[in-house]
Amino acid sequence: MISNFILAPIFAHMFTAVLLMFFWKRVQAQKIISIIGNSIAFIMCWRLFSATWKYGNITLQLGGWEAPFGITFVSDTLSAVMVLLTAIVSLSVGIYSTSAINISRIKYGYFFIYHFLIMGLMGAFLTGDIFNLYVWFEVVIISSFVLLTLGGKKRQMEGAVKYVTMNMLASVIFLTAIGILYGITGSLNIADLANQVAIIENRGLVTVTSLLFFVGFGIKSAVFPLYFWLPSSYHTPPSAIGAIFGGLLTKMGVYSLFRVFTIIFKPDDFILQVFIVIAILTMISGAFGVINKRNIRRILSYFIVCHIGYLIAGIGLYTELAFVGVIFYLIHDVIVKSNLFMMSGLIQKIRETQDITRLGGLYKDYPKLSLIFAVILFSLVGIPPLSGFWPKIMLFQEAFVQKQYVLLGTLIFASFITLFIVARIWSEVFWKDLLKPNSEEIDHFAPFSKSGKIALILPITALAGVSLYIGLNAPVIIEVSERVAHEMKNPSIYIDAVMKNLK
Amino acid sequence: MELLLVALVGVLYSAGIYLMFRRSMVKLLLGFIILGNGANILIFLMGELTKGKAPIIDAEETHFVDAYADPVPQALILTAIVISFGLTAFAIVLLNKVYSTTGSDDLDSLNIQDLDI
Repeated sequence: MISNFILAPIFAHMFTAVLLMFFWKRVQAQKIISIIGNSIAFIMCWRLFSATWKYGNITLQLGGWEAPFGITFVSDTLSAVMVLLTAIVSLSVGIYSTSAINISRIKYGYFFIYHFLIMGLMGAFLTGDIFNLYVWFEVVIISSFVLLTLGGKKRQMEGAVKYVTMNMLASVIFLTAIGILYGITGSLNIADLANQVAIIENRGLVTVTSLLFFVGFGIKSAVFPLYFWLPSSYHTPPSAIGAIFGGLLTKMGVYSLFRVFTIIFKPDDFILQVFIVIAILTMISGAFGVINKRNIRRILSYFIVCHIGYLIAGIGLYTELAFVGVIFYLIHDVIVKSNLFMMSGLIQKIRETQDITRLGGLYKDYPKLSLIFAVILFSLVGIPPLSGFWPKIMLFQEAFVQKQYVLLGTLIFASFITLFIVARIWSEVFWKDLLKPNSEEIDHFAPFSKSGKIALILPITALAGVSLYIGLNAPVIIEVSERVAHEMKNPSIYIDAVMKNLK
Repeated sequence: MELLLVALVGVLYSAGIYLMFRRSMVKLLLGFIILGNGANILIFLMGELTKGKAPIIDAEETHFVDAYADPVPQALILTAIVISFGLTAFAIVLLNKVYSTTGSDDLDSLNIQDLDI
């Protein structure tokens, strides 16, 4: 296995994006190129995942500069899982976009920016250098700014101001943390930093630096006091963009937290306590936020905040079993959240509104589609055989074993609110009779061409299928999660893979 | 020299954060630019200031014999400056566009859509 292959997912998206620039304003060609590029990238990511699974961690020292000096790319199991999830979501949302995104948006470079965004995500998941991670973060946020504002509607602009401000602030805090970390260790390589940080005597400075990283990544992953930009911006762009943002962007922050707090810093009791308190408050504020919302996409935005709390709680517990639960939850959450946003877009197409009090009768009009939506919604709640159930049970158990009863109570409370809201969505949107009968003018879905309908429904069905697979084949996912958790709990595996050339 | 830079970093950070708390969009933008410059000087400072010693090995030596200026922070700052240049350019266009669609410079007037539940 040539280690250069690590860069394949990044290059696949980069070449697609560059190629798309040559087809500016040619909509049909852009759609075809985007689907082909996404498919190739998906195959590459699958190969990277299977290679990492088979041969263990793959590392690449760029330019032949050995580990602490050059930029390193690492594909360990966590990176490979994240890259594979990104590929699945980007392929599905890419197909969905061909039909869901307005032609004028495509003309002004939607697909081109879309591929740069995915490229940035792939780079962030694969890099083994903390400053390089910052650069990939910037690639992602600049692309996301453009996607968020593309179209220039008034409400998009209002949402974008909050999103842009908070993300820029997060970048500055992240950069400050990198600067201080470089000052106290003299290194930027994540594996080398782990060794250097361990021997620093001034532990107070290390704790402050780690908290700066927590604030920087916390803004990006929308944890408790810093989450408010998310619900006020994620419902403004079209649903396809919401699907990518909701599924992947906040998870990038969580992934970075995993990296920084399992490899570089060994959290002490104080930091773990901070994590648990933040997790509890995130879940509670997300859950209370969701209760009085009527717009489906706003409900989903608060669900994102609420469920980020689960992931943060897993880091706070800091045991191997908790990590298994967290990784399983991450896998489940990326797929389901993206799918929910695509579902909300389809509902908008059918009924021309997102307001659940004005929706209704979807089950009567589209019974087969409603069945797919039911799978997605019930996966989110975690009705036993479906995918949300297994990680939640692991987290409950671990919180109970660790005697974190407040956390346990909050986890159950957040689950209950999720169930309550999903039940309300189900009864309001699907069961309730429509107040006034649906006329032909409102239903923008029926007049779609056959291929247009397939492009909308196929990705949703495929992701619902993935959710079903995760739920019904839980042992496979648990095996993957156990390996990731083992690597997270024993960072020496990662460090040795990067630094092997020095020994 | 170090002490002067430490004070400068403190002033830039506090001024930047203060400006970001203001309601005006222009002040928000200025605050972000000042904060970014503060971060760059912080990185420069953390790399330890060494005057007049370029990181070049003399022809007759095989390794460094003396303290030299660390080139890495300068490379980092250069990258960060380029990135913040792009971000600032985008932010200026965005805020201009927001001003022309909403007709207001006041950030509090952007919450109209948050009022309905």
